[in-house]
Amino acid sequence: MRRPQIVTDERRRRHGGTGWLVALVGAVVLVGAPYLPWAYGDEAMDDMTYLGGPSPTQFLGLALGAALLVCLLAARFLVPRLPAARRRWFAWHTGASAVATGALAFQAVVVVAVALELGGLVNVEYGGWIALAGALLAFAGTRLLVPERTATLGRVHSPGWLVIVVIAVVMLGSLLLIAHALDEDDPGVFIALLVFVGAAVVLVLRVGLGGWFSSQTARFRPVLVMAAFLVAFAFPFTQDGSNANMSIATQVLIFAATALGLNIVVGLAGLLDLGYIAFLGAGAFVAAILSGSAFSAVGWNPPFIVTVLISGVVASVLGLIIGSPTLRVSGDYLAIVTLAFGEIFRLVMINLDGNDGPDLTNGSNGIPNIPDLNLLGFDFGEPHVILGVEIPRFANYYFLLLVLIGLVIVVFANLNRSRIGRGWVAIREDEKAAEAMGVNVFGLKLFAFAGGAFLAGVAGAVKAHHDISVTPDQYVFLESAFLLAAVVLGGMGTILGVLVGATLLRLMPEKLRFFDEYRLLAFGLLLVVMMRFRPEGLIASRRRQLEFHEDDEELAAHTGETPPGAGRVEPEGAR
Amino acid sequence: MLEVRDLVVSYGRVRAVKRISFAVEQGQVVSLLGTNGAGKTTTLRTVSGLHTPDSGEIWFDGERIDRLPAHKIVQRGLAHSPEGRRIFPRLTVVDNLMLGAFARRDRGAGADLARVYELFPILHERRNQPAGTFSGGEQQMLAIGRALMSRPRMLMLDEPSMGLSPLMMKRIMSTIAELKAEGVTILLVEQNASAALALADHGYVLEVGSIAFDDTGAKLLSDDRVRRTYLGED
Repeated sequence: MRRPQIVTDERRRRHGGTGWLVALVGAVVLVGAPYLPWAYGDEAMDDMTYLGGPSPTQFLGLALGAALLVCLLAARFLVPRLPAARRRWFAWHTGASAVATGALAFQAVVVVAVALELGGLVNVEYGGWIALAGALLAFAGTRLLVPERTATLGRVHSPGWLVIVVIAVVMLGSLLLIAHALDEDDPGVFIALLVFVGAAVVLVLRVGLGGWFSSQTARFRPVLVMAAFLVAFAFPFTQDGSNANMSIATQVLIFAATALGLNIVVGLAGLLDLGYIAFLGAGAFVAAILSGSAFSAVGWNPPFIVTVLISGVVASVLGLIIGSPTLRVSGDYLAIVTLAFGEIFRLVMINLDGNDGPDLTNGSNGIPNIPDLNLLGFDFGEPHVILGVEIPRFANYYFLLLVLIGLVIVVFANLNRSRIGRGWVAIREDEKAAEAMGVNVFGLKLFAFAGGAFLAGVAGAVKAHHDISVTPDQYVFLESAFLLAAVVLGGMGTILGVLVGATLLRLMPEKLRFFDEYRLLAFGLLLVVMMRFRPEGLIASRRRQLEFHEDDEELAAHTGETPPGAGRVEPEGAR
Repeated sequence: MLEVRDLVVSYGRVRAVKRISFAVEQGQVVSLLGTNGAGKTTTLRTVSGLHTPDSGEIWFDGERIDRLPAHKIVQRGLAHSPEGRRIFPRLTVVDNLMLGAFARRDRGAGADLARVYELFPILHERRNQPAGTFSGGEQQMLAIGRALMSRPRMLMLDEPSMGLSPLMMKRIMSTIAELKAEGVTILLVEQNASAALALADHGYVLEVGSIAFDDTGAKLLSDDRVRRTYLGED
């Protein structure tokens, strides 16, 4: 699959100087334009009507322009002065190219957002157009730069303290960023912020800092993981006792925990499960029935730890029941059967209402009034004060869900690194060959399927208490589709990718309510664009990257360079 | 060591193997010859548990294995290097080899890895490269090496010379001879009759699902019928 090339290497060599100049002009315009007014009305985004006083969003545009300026100037003036060994540390041209693309997307989003929020393109003031023109110039100019092949900074060994400081700064930065993004009410500003973050991340990766970060932090992986969890735990303390953002955050976490479970089934074992939400629902219904709610048909109310286990077991038994006949035949059948199972589950829950079947679930009304959890005297329904900060109801669940996610991640990473994980790799690659190698194909598939169902059941039990009520219509096919999309968009078989994918897919609809009618349209477009340009997902495991770019020789050669493994299949999810 | 009695195998309604019987003794190289569609590959796949036979018995080391699932058979020490090599193209050489040791429960895989590298130095050189970037001959070495990683007591090779250059074929055949000298029991399916029979202690000639005749390797090599049909001589 080769894209048609408009800009050939030959043209780059000939016009690279012109391109640099054009991009430089574009960068200067991008830096200057934020001081001009971008919109005629102050209701648009975060009030961009002032001359000489940029709004926060305009500052983001300025930052992209400044980054581009740095890349361009460094490539021209810094690199020739460096000793030869250091000249290829950074890929300045590649970085410039990336940040210019990001700036163009950013300015386009701003123009569109102003037009939508104020009603028409006439409301975009001259500064907005100038900034867009600057971004276009920068984009066009950087296309003509000769990109560096690789940045070598990743091979430089840096002192440990520096790496730790960088980890701390990155983590703190992401905490502030997430807190800030969640507080943003204006959809235009929110999208612009997302585009900015995307551009910044791509810039960091392309310019060579990403390679440095991943190679250096490999030595400090426990520190990195601990820091990430610390940041996650610190998040509720930034919310001043407000429940609003915490409610979104808990929904994200439930979704992420479920997606991680699905990732074991889809990403590791390679089984396409289109009805995964039913296992979440099974867990939720079991927990609701055993919760002691006045609407439950069962009087027994065991402690939550028992409920969680029963929920998981019920879900995995369902998994065994539909898995054992279908996992023996080819994968297509599994997709069809799970798709049907998801619907059957929902309909059965509706019919267990005492009229069409035994009364277990109250039919489509579901089970409301599920009491809040109370673990060891800690009431999840009440706000608590920790370190002088009020922790509201949803924050309590947030902490519990973090523990749950941590558990799922531990299970995921260990399975991935284990013998079972190697068996799954073999099954994914070539089922027949795996069988000939002595891999118990059916057994391992069934284990993945039932194990994934167990994790979903556990997540469902927490979800039931978090949601207070459980109804069948929460567990529709669309939810399964979104879960699968989170796994595929984020990066199958990776932990970080699926966390990012789940966060984006749950956060965006929450923040872009005005867009609700077009949600599926936008979602479909996103999927098509991703499959075209980055089929391996936002964050790809190295092996999967190979899978989708088999003709890419550079990548194959790069993989060949990696230090010798200790004779085991590389744990791809650990990235 | 391996004994097949009255084996019948079909694909749906097509009978691919019709009551064949043969035996492989400890330390022997036994060759199954035959044209395309004679049932050689089906026989191997059935022995290694990838196919269920309609009737007949398969005994390995005094144990009946024809109802065992494939992974149990590998665990008992019968390795199968399948037709068309079927290496894992996107995995590195090391990963491929380690998957060959999947059925083992012991921790001795490292020693066997060294042994495979000794047998095929090129695999060691390229151990971290994706196997799909290899030439056919190198892939075949990898496939044999992978089968050896389970430390089998008996090795079944399905058309190891398929699609290889004459030079590479010689190399593979001499490796098989080396393995034989080490005392590995081998069941070899080959289209290249002269090379296979030169190695084989005993050979069976299959024709449309049945054994037409069998004899020692040397005798088959000079047999008129074999010479005409498989060696292309008049």
